[in-house]
Amino acid sequence: MKSTSIYVPSQALFLSRRRAMSTSGAAVLSASAVALLGGHDALAAGAKVSAQELEADVRILNTALGAELEAVAAYQVGAESGLLSKAVLPVAVAFQGHHKEHAAAIASTVQKLGGKPVAAKDKYQFPVEKLKVEADVLRFAAGLERGAISAYLGAVPLFADRALAQVAASILGDEAMHWAVLRQVLGESPVPSAFMS
Amino acid sequence: MKPRWLIVALGLAGGLIAVGASAAPDVAALARGEQVYARCAACHAIEGNRTGPQHCGLFGRRAGTAPGYNAYSKAMRESQWVWDEKSLNVFLKDPMTALPGTSMGYAGVKDAAERSDLIAWLKEASHPGAACKPIP
Repeated sequence: MKSTSIYVPSQALFLSRRRAMSTSGAAVLSASAVALLGGHDALAAGAKVSAQELEADVRILNTALGAELEAVAAYQVGAESGLLSKAVLPVAVAFQGHHKEHAAAIASTVQKLGGKPVAAKDKYQFPVEKLKVEADVLRFAAGLERGAISAYLGAVPLFADRALAQVAASILGDEAMHWAVLRQVLGESPVPSAFMS
Repeated sequence: MKPRWLIVALGLAGGLIAVGASAAPDVAALARGEQVYARCAACHAIEGNRTGPQHCGLFGRRAGTAPGYNAYSKAMRESQWVWDEKSLNVFLKDPMTALPGTSMGYAGVKDAAERSDLIAWLKEASHPGAACKPIP
């Protein structure tokens, strides 16, 4: 069996860190807070983050933005499919709203860093012919959310600007909640493992 | 003492069995590979271009040339890479180091066994005509 050790901070340290984050206003990241926070470190740090590193951060953000815009479009397809029940439709629309917020925050950050945010595509290639019943739509959405968790997880360690890593982690948490809810509705274990990769 | 022709025949048969065994896809590895591929689903699909390019027809394709995909980074377009087991293994381990300038802002699949399973599954699933159809 593979042994995994995890560093668990002491309760006192955890609480002091929480207080510190609350004081700085960064404990809960609203979309506007994300936009304000993202890029702040890099712009302020100057010499700490090179132009090349900033360019790489913008590139990562733009890829995430493209995926968020695609998720918005995918939820639109699901919402307009007529396959979602009365109970599920508002949840899907709420999740779409989150993706819109992610996209707006990321686009704003890209601009702040001097980049050009990617735009939504005119047309997306979704497997609409395979969406026959509600479960198909939910499974498709769950697949996108599952991929988004990994995408953000894979982006977090790459940001030169650590504030951007925090932004990515904040969005990752939201995507993970979407995935869990979709799995629950599909009758699958909502949280199938202790770790994500 | 066995006749020489029998030894040769047995040797050939053994070789063929060995070749057959190594060529046959490992079903368990493919299933694991498909699980690993789920991590790619925010940006990629086998059929159809998404935020990233489609994977149908990936093996043997020159990097930066997926049909209908026009959002490649300059680095990828100019890389001259051709996708096969070896190049995918290098790229997927650490995309941004392997190909600086790539748009694939992803830390990579660090576990060698997971990469191997993923590549084995990709090879099966991306076989054009047999397993998938590229969407222009």
